Amino acid sequence: MSTVTHPSGERARPGRPAPRPAPSRGLVSRGRELGGRFFNGFSHLFLVVWAVMVIYPLLWVVMSAFKDDSEVIREPLSLIPDELHWDNFTRAWGEGHLGAFFLNTLLVLVGSVFLTMLLGSMAAYVLARYEFPGNRLIYYMFLSGLTLPIYLAAVPLFKGVYNTGIVLPLLGPNRHLMLIMVYVAWSLSFTVFFMHSFFRTLPDSIAEAAMVDGASHSRLFFSIMLPMAKPGLISIGIFNVLGQWNQWYLPTLLMQSVAGEPKNQVIAQGLIELSVNQGYKSDWSGLFAGVTMAMLPVLIVYIVFQRQVQSGLTAGVSK
Amino acid sequence: MRHGVARFVTGFLALPVALYLFYVVWPFAQAAGYSLTNWGGYSDKQEFVGLDNYVRLFSDELIRKAFWHNVFFLVTVPLFTIALALFLAFLLNVGGREDRAGIRGVFGSGLYKVIFFFPQVLSLVVIAVMWQQIYRSDNQGLINGLLMKIGLVDADNPIGFTADPEPFLGVPAVLWWLLFIAVWSGAGFYMVLFSAAMQSIPKDIYEAALLDGASRFHTFFRITLPLLRDTISVAWVYLGFIALDMYALVFVMTPSQGGPNHASEIFASVLNFTAFQKGQFGYACAMGVALAIFTILLAALQLRITRRERIEY
Repeated sequence: MSTVTHPSGERARPGRPAPRPAPSRGLVSRGRELGGRFFNGFSHLFLVVWAVMVIYPLLWVVMSAFKDDSEVIREPLSLIPDELHWDNFTRAWGEGHLGAFFLNTLLVLVGSVFLTMLLGSMAAYVLARYEFPGNRLIYYMFLSGLTLPIYLAAVPLFKGVYNTGIVLPLLGPNRHLMLIMVYVAWSLSFTVFFMHSFFRTLPDSIAEAAMVDGASHSRLFFSIMLPMAKPGLISIGIFNVLGQWNQWYLPTLLMQSVAGEPKNQVIAQGLIELSVNQGYKSDWSGLFAGVTMAMLPVLIVYIVFQRQVQSGLTAGVSK
Repeated sequence: MRHGVARFVTGFLALPVALYLFYVVWPFAQAAGYSLTNWGGYSDKQEFVGLDNYVRLFSDELIRKAFWHNVFFLVTVPLFTIALALFLAFLLNVGGREDRAGIRGVFGSGLYKVIFFFPQVLSLVVIAVMWQQIYRSDNQGLINGLLMKIGLVDADNPIGFTADPEPFLGVPAVLWWLLFIAVWSGAGFYMVLFSAAMQSIPKDIYEAALLDGASRFHTFFRITLPLLRDTISVAWVYLGFIALDMYALVFVMTPSQGGPNHASEIFASVLNFTAFQKGQFGYACAMGVALAIFTILLAALQLRITRRERIEY
């Protein structure tokens, strides 16, 4: 490995003089090479160990979902089921109500993510690019939501939703539309914060040119500024999809049965109930199947779009 | 024209601000108000009791316990997650072979990144339910089962995991087991974050250091780590928020949601128990306000400590 010439991976540097002379290859450098090789081996060893620690539990859950109950008890550790019991999945989907949970989650998320993005970027855009009295006040009001613990608001929030439900039944407890509104409101803080810094960086010249051409303010936003903010929208979109998909506290609090009708549970809430209340006490394979179904779609989407998801989520933090 | 701007601004802000005021600000404000009353939550009867609830907080044994458990997570979750993430990022980015182009990342680092990131996209609830099965205290649990098979654990005396209140290093074992899950699920994400930050450091700096004869350990500790300071402090703040919010794990995984025998009680679990099981909404709101003040102070402190001149490159 030592005598090969410049690897092609190195960045091309136009106008750079001839390559540096090779470092002298004395005893020191040979020792370093050996150390490097040892370290390379150690790196792989440790990385493989951690990779196994991440994958093995996931794989175990997925594989257990294919065993029948007696096999779960007899051979709890094996990763290869005797036979693929797809019926665990149909049972969890039907009797375990996972199908209904999925449908509820989907109904809520379609509305809430779209509205979060739309309202969040509208507010962020106005706050970032227009001067008006109260601008800072509103911005800090949105920002303050980032530090306040959600549990503090739990009791009054439930009461507020309950009272609204008396007047407007569609916005009462256990209603999809209500959960959409609550998700949007609670996601606005971070969305506004994130998009605000994004809209700030967009150049003024384009906006001015559009205004000279006679575009209205809202047209400027929808046909010029919003498309320019696309990278930011993708990041915050991924963030909101995952965040709202993972939300369990708000639905547990607000999607409670009123007047005896069944709860419209979302997936995270439903899984907790299955697990905590031991509704699946005698049905381990069904529980594994439920977890697998909640897990696999996200993992598959992630593997397909891994680059976007990784950069989208890390951008959400480093902004 | 000016008139048009005003109408546009109001039009764009009206809906988001209204939603936010109604579902976020108003509940918070009400909570602050209720914290001064003895409202039970289910009746309309409530009396103004001033700061009594807050005074009561200081003598509440359970709250004190929960507070220290929160502090435990606040210190350990960021510490262990960042240490492990940095270590993984280090191996990934400088663990490769060394040649004239410098020190390279290990072979297959992209694949490692994809795998390590898995837990981040899973919901906390899925992780909690999954680990509940892994932590089971009979031979059906993944860990106990494996250890029993190789004879390290006696079948009559399995590891209790989240049902184990015995202190380890002065902290109930159940908290350590929950901490492990938090680190397991967070390390990959922060590794990717640190990795990206490491790669944005210009190669020239490393080349210069290499020419001066610095080893990869030296370059890591003298160059990489100081340049990552900003990213690490941001990570610390975010992990701090996560540490305050271990409630999902406590809720799903511990006996009676904070047990056994209150060994895993945290602020959030005590608050929810007080409000919804004991029916003391006023007192629960006082806990919430105290937690909010604590969080804000912590965030402010964090920002003060980590604020420093940025290094531009």
